[in-house]
Amino acid sequence: MNIQINGENREISPSQSLSGLIKKLYPRKQRIAVLLNDDMIPVDKQIAHILKEGDRVEILTFAGGG
Amino acid sequence: MLRAQQYERYARHLALPEIGEKGQKKLGKSRVLIIGTGGLGSPAAYYLAAAGIFTLGLADADVVEPSNLQRQILHFTADLGRKKTASAEEKLKALNPDIQIKTYPVRLTSENARTILGDFDFIIDATDNFPSKILIADACHALKKPYSHAGILRFFGQTMTVIPGQTACYRCVFDSPPEDPKVPQGPLGAVPGIIGSIQAIEAIKYILNIGDLLTNRLLTFDALKMKFREVPVKRNPHCRLCADLHSTITAKPFDNRLPSSEIL
Repeated sequence: MNIQINGENREISPSQSLSGLIKKLYPRKQRIAVLLNDDMIPVDKQIAHILKEGDRVEILTFAGGG
Repeated sequence: MLRAQQYERYARHLALPEIGEKGQKKLGKSRVLIIGTGGLGSPAAYYLAAAGIFTLGLADADVVEPSNLQRQILHFTADLGRKKTASAEEKLKALNPDIQIKTYPVRLTSENARTILGDFDFIIDATDNFPSKILIADACHALKKPYSHAGILRFFGQTMTVIPGQTACYRCVFDSPPEDPKVPQGPLGAVPGIIGSIQAIEAIKYILNIGDLLTNRLLTFDALKMKFREVPVKRNPHCRLCADLHSTITAKPFDNRLPSSEIL
């Protein structure tokens, strides 16, 4: 099924949880912030969200430099 | 009435219908604090001084070091070892003698933040570490000060503007930051150059009430791909900082030990 990740259309297997997707994309557990359809989803809640067709996922970097 | 030399100096502003003489005077009366005079703070300070913000605050505890010179364009080789606030003040006043610089050569803490930020209309987070970014978010919320958040990492930068109590805050999205990296992670110098310049523009837009601020949207910049993206962000109903809609300035103490203790 199709979702958007960081603005790009991607095909993923159905019935995947948000947490499963993040683990696949970021196996090394970097610190990131995740938005699903514009809502910030903390790490402990990501497992509860099963992705649907058309969902928009944004994965944001913690950038602390300046 | 502007002085004769000011009509010349600010001619390009006066030519813009969105600014004009009225706008230039507004810029002159406003007070902007730049916390950090490094990669982000240098371009932000330069452009705000040039634009005629007559009261600029500069907060930075550091002295100029060699590795700064690759990107912190307020500071020159002859400034090595010097307090950054002194180095910055000298360059900015040479650029625009009209302006008054207030320097705070100290680290921002929860003890001094209220006093330092209190004097200013708009705050620019040009810091280089997460605890400071959290502290600035907390302080600006408590004091109801609009601010520009920004962060840089290698070839990447991002920025958003926050109107406390109205728009998404830094902690709506980026609560619980990681520890700061133990070894330097770049950045490419011109990356904070771009983002710091954007922060100056946001301050000017806020003061003049023109254009659309980067509120409820995070602007991200990937210099390698040379792509800007805009990520919509919303006020988080569970935000640890701004979700308490009944908080008042005095009822919301902030403590920069909180984010550190949360860093995993």
